[in-house]
Amino acid sequence: MMPSFVRYLTPLVLFLALAALLYKGLALNPREVPSPLIGKPAPEFSLPELKDTSRQLSHSDFLGKVSLLNVWATWCVSCRAEHPLLMQLARQGVTIYGLDYKDNREDAKRWLQRFGDPYVANAFDADGRVGIDWGVYGTPETFVIDQRGIIRHKHIGPLTQEAIQGEILPLIKKLKEDKG
Amino acid sequence: MLRNTLALICLASCLNLAWAAGLESFDFSGNVEEQRYKDLLAEVRCLVCQNQSLIDSDADLAHDLRLEVYELMDQGRDDTEIRDFLVARYGDFVLYEPPIKPSTYLLWAGPFVLLALGIMMLIRTIRQRRQLQESQFSAEEQERLRQLLGNNPHEQEDRQ
Repeated sequence: MMPSFVRYLTPLVLFLALAALLYKGLALNPREVPSPLIGKPAPEFSLPELKDTSRQLSHSDFLGKVSLLNVWATWCVSCRAEHPLLMQLARQGVTIYGLDYKDNREDAKRWLQRFGDPYVANAFDADGRVGIDWGVYGTPETFVIDQRGIIRHKHIGPLTQEAIQGEILPLIKKLKEDKG
Repeated sequence: MLRNTLALICLASCLNLAWAAGLESFDFSGNVEEQRYKDLLAEVRCLVCQNQSLIDSDADLAHDLRLEVYELMDQGRDDTEIRDFLVARYGDFVLYEPPIKPSTYLLWAGPFVLLALGIMMLIRTIRQRRQLQESQFSAEEQERLRQLLGNNPHEQEDRQ
């Protein structure tokens, strides 16, 4: 026979373990699906630039520096909310590429004129095919890409001050140091 | 009665329209077999509205992915290749039935492990109870117990 305190404590311990597990689950966001692309090279693509149609943008543009790829569109409301944070990052010297996803070229140009342009360049993905290759399922999304063109992090949904200070900037700093 | 029937007809036609909206523009006379196409789409989760499959969802992304899957089938890719294509981009979560691999062992085996544990506990409890019944009282104690229970004056009073 088990000692009686074990018999009484077992259900309590099991309950607490289950409660802790479920409590943790409450804080998880089911919309944030981990990307299988993390740790893999940026998917290959070649797209015209948004403003300068004569220029092609491709995955090899990411090589040699730590950069962000921000997926956005003018029809995306939370992209508008996120925009000031991108401006702030650009001012801090972060290299931000844009993937203008399933957008209207003129609308997008007007948006950048009106609200400011934090991007060094924008790939114009009219039909969303490149978006599919990048596993985009909701704008905005932001990828952190290292010097070798490997995706190191994906932020789903609009960037927040906490995400930038807590994850994005420290990761960029770390990746830059890794090089040296 | 008539009103109910009308409402039903209306509902049915709405559902029909919704169904047709997704697959309206595809041509199934060529390489792509309609049933195979629909079966595969039904296995794939739409990441925008996560409780709908690609075939049910009206999200923009679902439209794009339906087209993508159609084209892949048209190019002669088999179901496994198309599933791999989607998983490489969106992860295992895109499949309603996750693959069996180390990180999903618990997911697949969990219910059976719990069932086995439950059966083990049930068997043990039944055995313990049986032992308890046999051993708790000696013969004399059981006799006395019967006397006490059988000749309880209060109980008899109550019954009257």
